[in-house]
Amino acid sequence: MRTPFTIRLLDSMPRGGWIALALFALLAWVWVPVAHLVLPAEHALHIPAYWVSLIGKILCYMVVAVAMDLIWGYAGILSLGHGLFFALGGYAFGMYLMRGIGRDGSYQSDLPDFMVFLDWKELPWFWMGSDSFVWALFLAMAVPGVVAFVFGWFAFRSRIKGVYFSIITQALTYAAMLLFFRNETGFGGNNGFTDFKRILGFSITAPETRVVLFGLSAALLALCLILGRYLVTSRFGRVLAAIRDAESRVMFIGYNPLHYKLFIWTLSAVLCGLAGALYVPQVGIINPSEMSPANSIEIAIWVAVGGRGTLVGAVVGAGIVNFAKSWFTVSFPEYWPFFLGFLFIAVTLFLPQGVVGLVRKLARRKADDTPGGADAVAAAATPVRVGLGKGGPLPVKAGSGGEIATKGAGA
Amino acid sequence: MSAVTMSPGHQGSDMASGHVLIPGELDLSHNVILYLDDITVSFDGFRALNKLSLAIDAGELRCIIGPNGAGKTTMMDVITGKTRPDSGKAFFGQTIDLTRMTEPQIAHAGIGRKFQKPTIFEHHTVFENLELAMKTDKRVRRALFAQLSDDERDRIAMTLKRIRLADEAERVAGLLSHGQKQWLEIGMLLMQEPKLLLLDEPVAGMTDDETERTAELFVSLAGTHSLVVVEHDMAFVEALGGRVTVLHEGALLAEGDLATVQADPRVIEVYLGR
Repeated sequence: MRTPFTIRLLDSMPRGGWIALALFALLAWVWVPVAHLVLPAEHALHIPAYWVSLIGKILCYMVVAVAMDLIWGYAGILSLGHGLFFALGGYAFGMYLMRGIGRDGSYQSDLPDFMVFLDWKELPWFWMGSDSFVWALFLAMAVPGVVAFVFGWFAFRSRIKGVYFSIITQALTYAAMLLFFRNETGFGGNNGFTDFKRILGFSITAPETRVVLFGLSAALLALCLILGRYLVTSRFGRVLAAIRDAESRVMFIGYNPLHYKLFIWTLSAVLCGLAGALYVPQVGIINPSEMSPANSIEIAIWVAVGGRGTLVGAVVGAGIVNFAKSWFTVSFPEYWPFFLGFLFIAVTLFLPQGVVGLVRKLARRKADDTPGGADAVAAAATPVRVGLGKGGPLPVKAGSGGEIATKGAGA
Repeated sequence: MSAVTMSPGHQGSDMASGHVLIPGELDLSHNVILYLDDITVSFDGFRALNKLSLAIDAGELRCIIGPNGAGKTTMMDVITGKTRPDSGKAFFGQTIDLTRMTEPQIAHAGIGRKFQKPTIFEHHTVFENLELAMKTDKRVRRALFAQLSDDERDRIAMTLKRIRLADEAERVAGLLSHGQKQWLEIGMLLMQEPKLLLLDEPVAGMTDDETERTAELFVSLAGTHSLVVVEHDMAFVEALGGRVTVLHEGALLAEGDLATVQADPRVIEVYLGR
C-alpha cells in the first residue's frame, strides 16, 4: 500500500511541529500586519517599522540557517561559504531593484547611478532582462544554484571532504568578494546596490510593502522547514545521514554519494539565494561585505548554537545570535566579535548538541522523574523521524527518547 | 542461479554463438566468478600486491589467510574499486572489468563487502541499516520518494531473523554489542543480494558461540553465493571447510585444503620463521 504524498508530508513532522508552525503563521500573517498597520503608533501593542524590518531580516537568516543545517547537520558537509549564495541571490534581486529606481536616481539616467559614475553608456549584457521581476527571481535561485552545482561537482567528485572542503568554500566566497569589490565587475563595487525606490511598482518604504516582505520571509521559512522535514525523514535523508557517518559503507552498498551530496548542496544554495532575494529589499542594501568570510562563519555558528541536525535548532540558533547581535551592536558594538567568539567556544565545549540538545536533555531528565509525562516529552524529543505512515512496523527512531517512551508507557 | 547468462531463445538464429553477452550482466559461462590476473599495487614503492593471480569459482567458499601485510585487504580494495591496480586485470565473471568501475557500480554488479572493522550506520536503527542496504534503485530521485513495500518489509524481517536481531530492529545500531554489529553488517550484505561476498575478518571480536553460528551461516550461503573470507582464526577456517589460499608479501604462496596448506613447509616458514 502506497501512502499518498500529502499524508507522508504531514507525517514527516510531529504534531507539535505543525502546531508551532501554525502559531508562527498566525503571528506572522495576522498579528504583525495588524499590530504594524492597524494599531496607531502610540498604542502599546504597535510594532514599529524598526522591529518589522529587523525580524524580517532575521527570518531570512533563519532560512539560511536551515539550508546550512541540511548540509552540515545531515550530510556532514561544513560549508564556510554559504554567505556567497545568500549574497548572489541578493545581488540578482538587487539588480531588479536598481532598475526599479528608473530616473529617480541622482543622475536622472536610465542606467543605475554607479554606471553613470563609471561613464558607462549602456547596460552590460548580464543586466539584460533585469527589469523583469520574474527573471530576477529566477536568477536569484539559478545563479547560486549553478555556482553551487559546478563547484560541488568538482569538489565532491574529487572527494574533497572535511576541513579541506570548508577551507575551499571559505576561499571561494573570499574570491567572490574581491571580484565584487571591483567597479569593473558591474555590480556597484564596494558600495554595492542601495537607494531602492520601489518593488513591483510599490514604494519600498511603504508600511504595506514592509509587511508583505515580512510575510513572504515567514512563508519561505515555513516552507523550508516543511521541505527540510520531508527530506530528512525520507530515505534520501537517511542516506544523507549515512554518508555523514560512514561514507565508504554507503558506496559499497551501491549509493553514489556524489549525487546525493550534489543534490542537497545545490538545494541548500538555492534556498540561500531566495533568502538573499528577500533580505535585500528589507534592509535596503547589498554590498560585497555580505561575502566576507566572517559572515559565512557566522552562519555556521548560528547552527552550532541552536543544535545541528535538528532543523528547528538552526532557527533557534539564528534567532538567538542575531537578536543578541542587534542588541550588542546598539549597546556595546566593540564587544560583539568577542561575544561571538566566546559563544562559539562555550557552545563547542558545553553544548555540543546546541540549545535544542540542552532542552531535550532537560526534558528527558524531567521525564525520568515523572514517568507519567514521559510519553509526550519523548514524542517531542524524537529526533530525525517519526515514521512513514500506516502500514507495518514503523522504524521509529529509538535513541534514549524512545526507550523512555516505552518505560513511561509501562509505568 | 539466475545470474548465469543464457541465450534468450534457443530456437533463435544466434544460437551458433553459444550465448549472448549482455553488458553489465554477470557471465558465469566458465563457472568462474572472479579472476585476478597479475595484479600489482604499489604504495610509494612498497608493493602491497605483487603479480597476484587468483580465481574463485561460482558458488565457492574460499578462505584467504596470510600474515599481516600479506595484501589481503588491498586485494579486497582492488576487487571493490577502492584501489586501482598499477597493472593487471580483475574480472567479475567473464565480462565485467572491475578496474574500470566505481565502488557503487561494483556494488550494483553484485559484489558485497564486509569491512574488517564493523562499519554500520551507528545513528540509524538496525531496521534502517538493512533498509538502506537493500537491493533496489539507489538513485537520488528514487530515494526522495521511496516507500517500503510489503514485500520489502518481509525481506528485511527475514534477514533480521537470519542474523538474530529481530528483537533489536528498532534499536540504534551504535548500541549493539560488537558481535551483533558484525552480524548486522553481514545482514546488510545479505540485503544487497550480492553474488560474491567479500568478508574481511568477519568473526573478529565474536564469542565462540557467535563464531560457530557465523560459520554455519556462511556454509549455508555457499553454493548459491560465492564467498571470499579473510580470516586469522584457524578454527573458523576449519569450520568453513573450503579451499584455502595463502598470501605472502602480496603474492600467492600456496593453495589447497587447510590440512595440505598447513603442512606446506613454505607456509610454516612464513608463519613461524624469521
